[in-house]
Amino acid sequence: MTRSSLFRRDEAAGLAILALILFVVFPLMLDDFRLNLFGKYLTYAFVAIGLVLCWGAGGILSLGQGVFFGLGGYCMAMFLKLEASTPEATAIQSTPGIPDFMDWNQITALPLWWEPFHNFGFTLLAILAVPALFAFVIGFAMFRRRVGGVYFAIITQAIAAIATILIIGQQGYTGGVNGITDLRTLLGWDIRPDSAKVALYFVNAVLIFVCLFVAMAIRKSKFGRVLVAMRDAEDRVRFSGYDVASFKIFVFCVGAMMASIGGAMFTLQVGFMSPTIVGIVPSIEMVIFCAVGGRHSLLGAVYGALLVNWAKTTFSESFPELWLFGLGALFIAVVMAFPNGLAGLFDDYVKPRLAWPGRGRRARADNPQPAE
Amino acid sequence: MADDKKVPHPTISRRAILAGGVAMSASLFLPKGLRAQDFPTDQVNTTGLAVTDDTVQVGILHSITGTMAISETGSVQAEKLAIEQINAQGGVLGRKIETIQEDGASDWPTFAEKARKLLVNDKVASVMGCWTSASRKAVLPVFEQNNGFLYYPTFYEGLEESPNVIYTGQEATQQIIAGLDWVAREKGAKSFYLLGSDYIWPRTSNKIARKHIEDKLGGSVVGEEYYPLGHTQFNSVINKIRLKKPDVIYAIVVGGSNVAFYKQLKAAGIDMTEESPLLLTISVTEDEIRGIGGENIEGAYACMKYFQSIENENNQEFVAAFKDAYGDDMVIGDVTQAAYLGPWLWKAAVEAAGSFDVDKVREASPGIELTSAPEGYVKIHKNHHLWSKTRVGHAKADGQYEVVFETDDLVEPNPFPEGYQ
Amino acid sequence: MFSGYSMSELGAIFAMQGFAGLILFSVFVLMALGLAIIFGQMGVINMAHGEFMILGAYVTYLVSNLFAAYAPGLFGAYFFVAMILAFCASGLLGMAMEWAIIRHLYKRPLDTLLATWGLSLILQQTYRSVFGAREVGVTIPDWMMGSLPVTDLIEVPINGLFVMVLALAISAAVYIMMFRSGWGRQVRAVTQNRTMAGAVGIDTERTDRLTFGIGCGVAGIAGAAFTMIGSTGPTSGQAYIVDTFLVVVFGGAASLLGTIASAFSISQAQSILEFFLSGSMAKVITLLAVVGILMLRPQGLFAMKLRK
Repeated sequence: MTRSSLFRRDEAAGLAILALILFVVFPLMLDDFRLNLFGKYLTYAFVAIGLVLCWGAGGILSLGQGVFFGLGGYCMAMFLKLEASTPEATAIQSTPGIPDFMDWNQITALPLWWEPFHNFGFTLLAILAVPALFAFVIGFAMFRRRVGGVYFAIITQAIAAIATILIIGQQGYTGGVNGITDLRTLLGWDIRPDSAKVALYFVNAVLIFVCLFVAMAIRKSKFGRVLVAMRDAEDRVRFSGYDVASFKIFVFCVGAMMASIGGAMFTLQVGFMSPTIVGIVPSIEMVIFCAVGGRHSLLGAVYGALLVNWAKTTFSESFPELWLFGLGALFIAVVMAFPNGLAGLFDDYVKPRLAWPGRGRRARADNPQPAE
Repeated sequence: MADDKKVPHPTISRRAILAGGVAMSASLFLPKGLRAQDFPTDQVNTTGLAVTDDTVQVGILHSITGTMAISETGSVQAEKLAIEQINAQGGVLGRKIETIQEDGASDWPTFAEKARKLLVNDKVASVMGCWTSASRKAVLPVFEQNNGFLYYPTFYEGLEESPNVIYTGQEATQQIIAGLDWVAREKGAKSFYLLGSDYIWPRTSNKIARKHIEDKLGGSVVGEEYYPLGHTQFNSVINKIRLKKPDVIYAIVVGGSNVAFYKQLKAAGIDMTEESPLLLTISVTEDEIRGIGGENIEGAYACMKYFQSIENENNQEFVAAFKDAYGDDMVIGDVTQAAYLGPWLWKAAVEAAGSFDVDKVREASPGIELTSAPEGYVKIHKNHHLWSKTRVGHAKADGQYEVVFETDDLVEPNPFPEGYQ
Repeated sequence: MFSGYSMSELGAIFAMQGFAGLILFSVFVLMALGLAIIFGQMGVINMAHGEFMILGAYVTYLVSNLFAAYAPGLFGAYFFVAMILAFCASGLLGMAMEWAIIRHLYKRPLDTLLATWGLSLILQQTYRSVFGAREVGVTIPDWMMGSLPVTDLIEVPINGLFVMVLALAISAAVYIMMFRSGWGRQVRAVTQNRTMAGAVGIDTERTDRLTFGIGCGVAGIAGAAFTMIGSTGPTSGQAYIVDTFLVVVFGGAASLLGTIASAFSISQAQSILEFFLSGSMAKVITLLAVVGILMLRPQGLFAMKLRK
């Protein structure tokens, strides 16, 4: 692999095609309503990109990405809720100026830890820092003790369960099972009309590319190659003197931050945040997006998130009582028939025909058979 | 709200209608089938809704998959039945109702997405839908922004009054206060143990119940406790109840937890027919009893506005039609009946307004009454909730409730109750 | 909270609370034993475990209806027939799934998670299509509902006793099968070293299929038993999945004894906390404690010493 250019030619081509699809094809072909839906799907693509880094490149399967997605979403929702809860807008409450759900729960003053979320800069920082910190704590505790694979997956799943119960149980501070709803404006800009959603779609698309660049840079670096080596033979890397745990913690934190960005964008796009998005089921679905796209392919992750969500919407519109069969079958098919997902199919069937000079073989090397 | 203050009584309002009152709502008084040509489409639909010369499209938005499908199925059935009956009578302003059904999949973002689809893409004239508060909260901004009109069937915690929603179920004070008064008056209850699933409806309801018990009834609350949704082990709380010996267990457990709670209560030797303690619930309808098993909840009391066993002609017709459509083994709970009211209330409001336009339907809605409601008689309050009676039912082993108490007058809906916050 | 009670009353309450903890323990054991075999021994992350349990519950429902219609006189005994049939139904479905899906994935345990999740979605929708979206009511024979008065104050629920006896019996049966039978030796050999086991002439495919089938069958029995204490609906199985996995992982996945020990400690902790705190917080604290301990001691309570 040459280090002279940032991207290989086929990677650059892949990025260009994705850019074409996201910035030209979708906005031209879809009406506002469908475009908004794709904006929502894109927010899941952030999680999927993070998962490709953790799982595809690092061999760490987290079933708790929904927690990070939720942390980002809740941070953003808290900011928006405070902006929407001006004393004038909440004049009918017994304590004006605090979010409506707090008032319903007899809370008479804004809790201290909500205060900083009046500040947009702090909110943005929190969206990145809070999940990273949380991921660091989890990662530090687990990877230092060499917990990996299946155990890690199940423990993160338990964390997702705990987070849900906790958010629902503390409804005075979190909005409970309803979540934080009725969000209106971002720094005075109304996020509700279709035009705003279209703008948010483009923000999403740009941020996706930022995340893709970051992820590719990580994979390109020496660091990325240590990760792959770790995934394939962790002990050998450890014996070579690398601090395996630190590498894992780092990549887990990056994945968490990406999920969190997705969550924050999700809140903006959908207009509310609720604990159902944090729980076990959405967390597993996020892994599915990544698996369908191809667990080793960053671009595949984006397509996977778009395709699965699009299929979910379309199936459930046309055959509402049957769509679970389709979805279930898709999961099984991905694992059984094409374990490298869409990206694998592309590499196996499409790429050879395209015949990029001297590229096919090397691309394969990046997409080995899945090994756990 | 001033004109709504006096409690309307069925006979009075019937007289009002006969005297030529404007609220010509109930289907009883309209000739079967208004003719569509009397209401040209360009006049009854000025906002681009999906209305043609022969049809009008209405959305149904419930979970038919996921954990909430258990509860929401009955509502879908009732809404479809009402729409079929309306069509058989000639439709709304001479137009047949066509339904577009979407699945919320027990997932609140999906509800918001589907609501947007129904309003923006399909341009439906109104939507019957949602069940949990969370799903309603999720779709509310969508309805307000796109000026849709939602009929929401579930009894819920109140604290809401949207111009884009008609709440056909009871809000918390309507459901709670009459029942507590009854149990204090008739059974001499003094001490209460409040128990619920952990989310906003049980918590808000119990808050209102606690205020009422402590401030108005002079009773005491000896315990208050919440379990996560889907919790299946209640032996610990049953022991705590034994320890505290309350007169009344006030239970607002929902979903699958219900089954676990009542089965374990019975197995622990607490026989509800002995009424010590007495069990009063606001969350178990006939629908839930199917899952619990009538023999496991026999002797409990429930407080809500509708029971399948209510004796009146409307209800007998409704129950017969429902069983005819969906099978003899069907049972009908409070929410199912409230869902059935949605299409009828909408039809009445549209025909009173002479238009499908949401703004005109909204304007026409307060004061709309339904004398053909299975629960008897309902009328839309200015705050978009329904005036309705509250009843107490006594659970029998066959899974039905026997109505043992009914408020004399309609209870005024009060979603923002002073003194109960 | 205990002022104003006599010592005997308090004693009675604590006795019953202890008993409640034991019931919870038995419930956990029943939930987890099937998974301990499938996940602990075979390494398959079976996310459809809950759905196999609910299959057992639906079988119980069908059998109860059959008995009520054709043999009302024997209704009191239908539960035993139902449990046997539940074992067979879940076991056979498990073997079929092992043949169709799982056997291709033994080298990729994380992929079994995805595939079985897909399977669980399909099963849920199947239940919904066949039995309807609503919960079904399973009528329990009268003799099983109710309680035995031990003293004036202490009452012991019969279905609790039944669950405890069942948990004991099945644990014993699984123990004997795994550690005292030729088949169990084969299972353990295959899970420890598949290639070597094959080389010494064990039919590894058959052993796998049977092991998976028995794990699912045990889940089916658990599901049948849970009709006494819980609900039976298309999605009821999901309520059990997190607890079940935590019990198995906490115990040290490969150890059956560990599973039982962890079921005991988690159930006692939860039951005691539930008595002194409110329900939601008790659950959160228990889960947090389990996760915390797992972070400090990732191999679980009873780890099998293995060279990796």
